[in-house]
Amino acid sequence: MSYADEQDWEVVIGLEIHTQLATQSKIFSGAATAYGAEPNTQACTVDLGFPGVLPVLNQEAVRMAVKFGCAIDAEIAPYSIFARKNYFYPDLPKGYQISQMDLPIVGKGHLDIEVDGESKRVGITRAHLEEDAGKSLHEDFHGLTGIDLNRAGTPLLEIVSEPDMRSAKEAVAYMRKLHELVRYLEISDGNMQEGSFRCDANVSVRPRGQQQFGTRTEIKNINSFRFIEKAINYEVERHIEILERGGKITQETRLYDSVKDETRSMRSKEEANDYRYFPDPDLLPVMIAPELLAEIKSQLPELPSSKKQRFKEQYQLDNESATILTSARELADFFETVVKLSACDAKICSNWITGELLGALNKASLEIAASPVSAERFAGLLQRIADNTISGKIAKQVFEAMWQSEESADAIIAAQGLQQITDMSAIEAIIDTIIADNPGQVEQYRSGKDKVFAFFVGQVMKQSQGKANPAEVNKMLKAKLQ
Amino acid sequence: MSLTSDDVAKIAHLARLGINTQDTEAYAKSLSGILDLIAQMNTINTDHITPMAHPLDQIQRLRPDQVTESNQREHFQAIAPQVAEGLYLVPKVIE
Amino acid sequence: MYQQTIAQLALGLRQGTFTSVELTQAYLTRIKQHSELNSFITVTEEQALQAAKAADLRLAQGNAEPLTGIPLAQKDIFCTLGVKTSCGSKILDNFIAPYNATVVEKFNAAGAVMLGKLNMDEFAMGSSNETSFYGAVKNPWDLNCVPGGSSGGSAAAVAAHLVAGATGTDTGGSIRQPAALCGITGLKPTYGRVSRYGMIAYASSLDQGGPMTRTAEDAAIMLQVMAGFDPKDSTSSDQAVPDYSASLNAPLQGLKIGLPKEFFTADLDSEIAATLAAAIDEYRKMGAEIKEISMPNLNMAIPAYYIIAPAEASANLSRFDGVRFGYRCSNPVDLTDLYTRSRGEAFGNEVKRRILIGTYALSAGYYDAYYLKAQKIRRLISEDFKNALAEVDVIMGPVTPSTAFAIGEKSNDPIQMYLSDIYTIAINLAGVPAMSIPAGLVNNKPVGLQIIGNYFAEAKLLNVAHQFQQVTPWHQHSPKGFE
Repeated sequence: MSYADEQDWEVVIGLEIHTQLATQSKIFSGAATAYGAEPNTQACTVDLGFPGVLPVLNQEAVRMAVKFGCAIDAEIAPYSIFARKNYFYPDLPKGYQISQMDLPIVGKGHLDIEVDGESKRVGITRAHLEEDAGKSLHEDFHGLTGIDLNRAGTPLLEIVSEPDMRSAKEAVAYMRKLHELVRYLEISDGNMQEGSFRCDANVSVRPRGQQQFGTRTEIKNINSFRFIEKAINYEVERHIEILERGGKITQETRLYDSVKDETRSMRSKEEANDYRYFPDPDLLPVMIAPELLAEIKSQLPELPSSKKQRFKEQYQLDNESATILTSARELADFFETVVKLSACDAKICSNWITGELLGALNKASLEIAASPVSAERFAGLLQRIADNTISGKIAKQVFEAMWQSEESADAIIAAQGLQQITDMSAIEAIIDTIIADNPGQVEQYRSGKDKVFAFFVGQVMKQSQGKANPAEVNKMLKAKLQ
Repeated sequence: MSLTSDDVAKIAHLARLGINTQDTEAYAKSLSGILDLIAQMNTINTDHITPMAHPLDQIQRLRPDQVTESNQREHFQAIAPQVAEGLYLVPKVIE
Repeated sequence: MYQQTIAQLALGLRQGTFTSVELTQAYLTRIKQHSELNSFITVTEEQALQAAKAADLRLAQGNAEPLTGIPLAQKDIFCTLGVKTSCGSKILDNFIAPYNATVVEKFNAAGAVMLGKLNMDEFAMGSSNETSFYGAVKNPWDLNCVPGGSSGGSAAAVAAHLVAGATGTDTGGSIRQPAALCGITGLKPTYGRVSRYGMIAYASSLDQGGPMTRTAEDAAIMLQVMAGFDPKDSTSSDQAVPDYSASLNAPLQGLKIGLPKEFFTADLDSEIAATLAAAIDEYRKMGAEIKEISMPNLNMAIPAYYIIAPAEASANLSRFDGVRFGYRCSNPVDLTDLYTRSRGEAFGNEVKRRILIGTYALSAGYYDAYYLKAQKIRRLISEDFKNALAEVDVIMGPVTPSTAFAIGEKSNDPIQMYLSDIYTIAINLAGVPAMSIPAGLVNNKPVGLQIIGNYFAEAKLLNVAHQFQQVTPWHQHSPKGFE
């Protein structure tokens, strides 16, 4: 973004996020939803839209939608209805998608995001249940397209935001926060590569100070945080350029090409915008009884924002650490397990997890859930720091060994003889030798050159192979050099 | 209410229904007649009436989240017009 | 033996007067002899004989049900595993259904023998059976006349004794109107009473399957098997199914019959009116109280129906796109061409007309004026029924404004055709059950009496119909040449 006139324009962004719900079976049929099966092996008569078949709603999809609604403080519709959205496309077997139009299951709610340390509330207009479409495969089948309907009928929750975001950065923050939330609630695996979490962005710009929104364009199907930022920034630049030339924005659907880093018009979607929604006569109104709502509310897990606040208070963590540790439910659980089992200071636990552990996971491109070092083993390591068996420096060495093996910290410490020397006489002997061998440095220190102290510490640690307790070394050295 | 041949062509396209151009006039005529019949609805006042989508006052029953269907691809694709490698084939889709 | 009712045949099978195989063969022979009626699209001879053998075994083992071994046929709208299910359309001419409709499963489980699949108006859109891709069905009472529709093949086959009983479906009168025109008994149950799973949808909020038989007693036997909750149909009702045969003989003393004055106007053929008056007189003799009632919104039924049904149909028929099953045009140049030509070449005129009307009614800017307005009128009509049925036990009236009309007479005039359902459509909008029973002959053509009841009051309707059939001969008449 290098537009001189960018200051004159205000960016307006609203996001529509489709998240696949983590049910076992499809929203309206008993076919499996597992990802990656052979084409069309998970498409039953209902998913294929055979003549005469009928949809029956999956209760888990409804529960998950309600769970989400509760988490964003939304009104849950006591009475919601499904509608048919009509259009022809080969990945849509019935020629209509079962979705919701009037009376969606989740009404107005909100989500708080943080950008550059500033908190901001983004409105969520609605969230509704619908069925996913199949996939068109464009590899060459003698000039034809192949259709795989395994995905058809997978439950989706479409979450529609208000046009409340004012930069690509805010849009990304919102998307991340939502991603974090659906995984916290365990209603979606959030796997973006597999298309479990996809985003459409509505983008417009307007002269700063203008009330009325500019004409928007919709960028379809973006499936990474990086691309959403790039796609929006590209689109904003495109809008500003057109408007500054005196041109007009065409309201249209566009596709982001990540290879070329540009958006282009999707002609195929242009004409079919008369969806002829009407209530699906095959499905009846869905009622959410107050008891069910209360039950779901009572089972709601602690949400990221309150967890973060609690971490700050209970563990005295700074904002940044608390933010990182609560970014995923598994990570937060890992941290709390480690604190509990290690009896180590929470801040030290936090530093070790956000530093060493996440660093190593990042390098290996692993999620916390797949960490080779479990919370229990990790706690065993930190416990040995807390009880002075090993120093922090040695602990890093032990951690590396743990990463490579299944061994506990204690086993590694014992096998490699890494425990700290706590025998004061042994330390005293080392110190005495060093003082005797280095009369020049002793002289310098005694004449007031404090810096030389570090030299002595270094020598002691070297001779003890890092196993001397640094605090003890400091204390004894100071006394001996006096 | 009367529809023109143009209207018929537009609606037919929306419904992806091939209609011969020489027939659109006849369709326009018969559809206009039907719309006249339908227009009788306007003779009664329906303000404050709740629309009725279903004959019975029932609510949607929910299905337990269980996988009950197994792979029947060969059986289902035996009646498909064109398949290859387990995929249904259609003329190239351009996005 | 083919002249007998289901109840009589069941007795004959149990007494060993004949076997199911003999009975099945007799019907199969008759079906071949009377192919001029064009009532069957598919005859499943081999399967029928196999099923008959299995039924005979069951009968011998003594674990037969009332329908075990009884030869029936299905309207070709019900999906039948491994058997062509065309819905009367070219677009499904090559469609071998990969699964069974719930109704079909139930008949199979009961041991009934399926003789084949019956002709019908294309996608059940029609009142004369002339819209079938397989050609018009002829009325056995007059081969120049239509049997009515859309379950015309079912009605003609039952009337001509080609089957002991048949299924039909009724969206706006498609069981009752052909039953009336062919002089048989037809029952459209309460919406949700019979599962719609596997019954190819025309208008989902109106469609309902039901029996078409010679007598009310037979209808009770068939409905007993067809009715009931189906977890595969969200709109099916979980109300308990009563024993429909148990109450057939309840006396009608004190029965309150309502006659809506809106049904008995100058539009009704005077000879039909006279026939109905005589029928109602029979009820009076049985101790019923007759009362004139008013249902002021009945005349709105046709306009509202011709929005709601086509709107639902326009979406229901979108799946016929030449991709996964059914007709595909040759050499499509692109996707749009695949869709428009496959659908354009394989749907008939009436189907196209209704898809166009429905598409138009739902399109942007017209939804409120048409679809929503029609749904509001639907509410008013259903209130009319609720109010009337709070006052009387059953409502009676005509089924059709005239007796069977000539083939070709109305086929080019959709509006005239639509008006032949003027007395039946409101019932579907409300969702209440109704029957048509033979009430007399006018110029040697059958006239039907319509009996309408409250939600889930099928047992009452069957009782009222059966009592009439105990004192009148009309259901026993057979068309000349088909005795």
